[in-house]
Amino acid sequence: MFNKLDSNDRYMMIFFIIMVLAGPIILAPFGAGYPDLLQRFAIFGLFAIGFNILFGLTGYLSFGHAAFLGVGSYSAVWMFKLLTMNVIPALFLSVAVAGVFALAIGYISLRRSGIYFSILTLAFAQMSYNLAYSVLTPITNGETGLQLTLDDPRILDGANATGDIPSTNLFGLTMNSTYKAELLGMTFQFNVGFYFCAIILILGFYTALKIFRSPFGLMLRAIKTNQTRLNYTGLNSRPYTLAAFVISGMYAGMAGGLMAITDPLAGAERMQWTASGEVVLMTILGGAGTLLGPVLGAGFIKYFENIFSKINDNVLHAWFSFMPESIENLLVGVLHFFVGKGWHLTLGIVFMLVVIFMPGGLVEGGNRIYKSLRRRFGNADETQAAE
Amino acid sequence: MDAIILQILNGLDKGSAYALIALGLTLIFGTLGVVNFAHGALFMIGAFCAVTLSKVLNLYSIVIDPTKTDFLGNPLKVKIPYVVSWFGESAGMAIINWSVPLAIICAIPVMMLVGFAMERGLIKHFYKRPHADQILVTFGLAIVMQEIIKAFYGANPIPTPAPDLFKGSFDFGLMIGFAENTIIYPYWRLIYFVFSALILGLVFAFLQFTTFGMVVRAGMADRETVGLLGINIDRRFTIMFGLAASVAGLAGVMYTPINPPNYHMGMDFLVLSFVVVVVGGMGSLGGAVLAGFLLGVLESFASMNEVKTLLPGIDQIIIYLVAIVILLTRPRGLMGRAGVMEE
Repeated sequence: MFNKLDSNDRYMMIFFIIMVLAGPIILAPFGAGYPDLLQRFAIFGLFAIGFNILFGLTGYLSFGHAAFLGVGSYSAVWMFKLLTMNVIPALFLSVAVAGVFALAIGYISLRRSGIYFSILTLAFAQMSYNLAYSVLTPITNGETGLQLTLDDPRILDGANATGDIPSTNLFGLTMNSTYKAELLGMTFQFNVGFYFCAIILILGFYTALKIFRSPFGLMLRAIKTNQTRLNYTGLNSRPYTLAAFVISGMYAGMAGGLMAITDPLAGAERMQWTASGEVVLMTILGGAGTLLGPVLGAGFIKYFENIFSKINDNVLHAWFSFMPESIENLLVGVLHFFVGKGWHLTLGIVFMLVVIFMPGGLVEGGNRIYKSLRRRFGNADETQAAE
Repeated sequence: MDAIILQILNGLDKGSAYALIALGLTLIFGTLGVVNFAHGALFMIGAFCAVTLSKVLNLYSIVIDPTKTDFLGNPLKVKIPYVVSWFGESAGMAIINWSVPLAIICAIPVMMLVGFAMERGLIKHFYKRPHADQILVTFGLAIVMQEIIKAFYGANPIPTPAPDLFKGSFDFGLMIGFAENTIIYPYWRLIYFVFSALILGLVFAFLQFTTFGMVVRAGMADRETVGLLGINIDRRFTIMFGLAASVAGLAGVMYTPINPPNYHMGMDFLVLSFVVVVVGGMGSLGGAVLAGFLLGVLESFASMNEVKTLLPGIDQIIIYLVAIVILLTRPRGLMGRAGVMEE
């Protein structure tokens, strides 16, 4: 896996693997060490990595990627219902179905570029969302969402002995089983579902890395830089953009499949355009066109969605209780708008600031800080920041 | 026949909302070259101007009314809105009742100011940035605006009724010679349509028949040359942005009795309005209006039961379907100008 990478990429890959696998330990002190959130990090990280292959490399801004996520979820749940609770077939089916969808939608949408492409993808995603809610109810179970039931056939699993709805598993290893360890007064939770998602995330990251460094990746960058010139050199760029679109659609399908694996139900709201907007936010926030950026952005948004939104006035009062009461009340009154239910406001402001001042996202910000530090301390360190 | 007329009428009010928002969007795009994803939020802010005004008018003082007593014989406390105590019983109640139409007057300056602030404070710096950046930053701005409104007004829809005079429906079929009760149409929807037609007419007249409008049109065709002639085209474009914002705001004000406003109503309209703009042709004012009404009417036709049994689900996707077909067959949209974002 590593001997085909140059040394910088090798370090980055090793760093990435360690960070992901040690996630439950690293994030526990920040209150984010519980399986549900960790799984979300991995799943949305994967989703954003895939989106970045399209947007970051070719510059085509798709506003409809959530459709593939939703399709992936539905296919995985159907696999659980019909065939087996083993996760492998479900994951394969969700990737395959999302790939087919992406091929069809991409083939049509990629005939146009720029804002028209965005609108076309948006239109397709909204169509899928509306259909999933209304006419396709036999397949999608409409507003209720597709769920597992006791009388599903599950051909390969044999008779259901316990009378409970079985849980998803990998050859008997159930996804929601968690190993807990107590250390230094903290609880570390090592969840099977998270590690399954993490391994898929690492494989996805590795694939993205290889795509970034390949001639194919270079071609995609060329499309972003100047498509007209590329066309004048006699190259047809359509197959390349279509390939990128399908790949990123498959990533989204895989993320959707993982969502169904960690929590076996699928609803249409996963396909709504706000969900597509979310992955755009993640990618831009982290840094479009960089490798680590989308994962960072996904982690950032999901962390704040879960942690920030839980901060209420009482927590704030506890934080500022050391101050005089008038200042405390003032601070709480101001911050009240930015946390808890208002965390979207913080997200919007941070996102705007990033787009205005740091188009390269958090990764660019990190690089700038790194460079200014190096200049200040005159350190002749040759290692460069990732990407 | 009567069913067809009914569906056309039903489509008109939604079509007018689409047309008004899309007109503003395409006006901004045609003048400044900026794709404004926050335009739906402007529509929403307009709607909340009406909500605010009706709340302000309903502010009351508690007065002890000696003429009325409760069952123990104590004098009753009654809430008397300030407007009633200032203008007298009948005039005060009339003002409260007419809060939505009155909101038009206060929404215009508010929306102008919001528009100027937005253009000078943010959009100005994005003229030269790629369209993707413009979409993203205005998308962020839309989220911020929504959340501010949510923080003040909560997440639930706030009913804001129309004046009593325009409540209820009338028999439109009877007026044009059909049998009774075939075409029943609410008053307010008719007013919404007439109002939007008026606004659309005013905007077009302003652009067509005033010197200011002429300069703006010249600037849309060739901004550089107009600038070289010594005309401060940027300032005029900023004013046009304010105008577009107030058109969206007015659309929002008048829409409140049809649908109680909530903080994300703008986003719902934005997606459709963008589709409308693209179908009409980016930068084409006439195209936006035409496409707005066209899609509104098509949408209401698709929700007829006869059509739905023939093609199930068509009412949910008709707009997007039309958009996809138009985009693939007529790259410029219905009435797009040559050379404007044809790629």
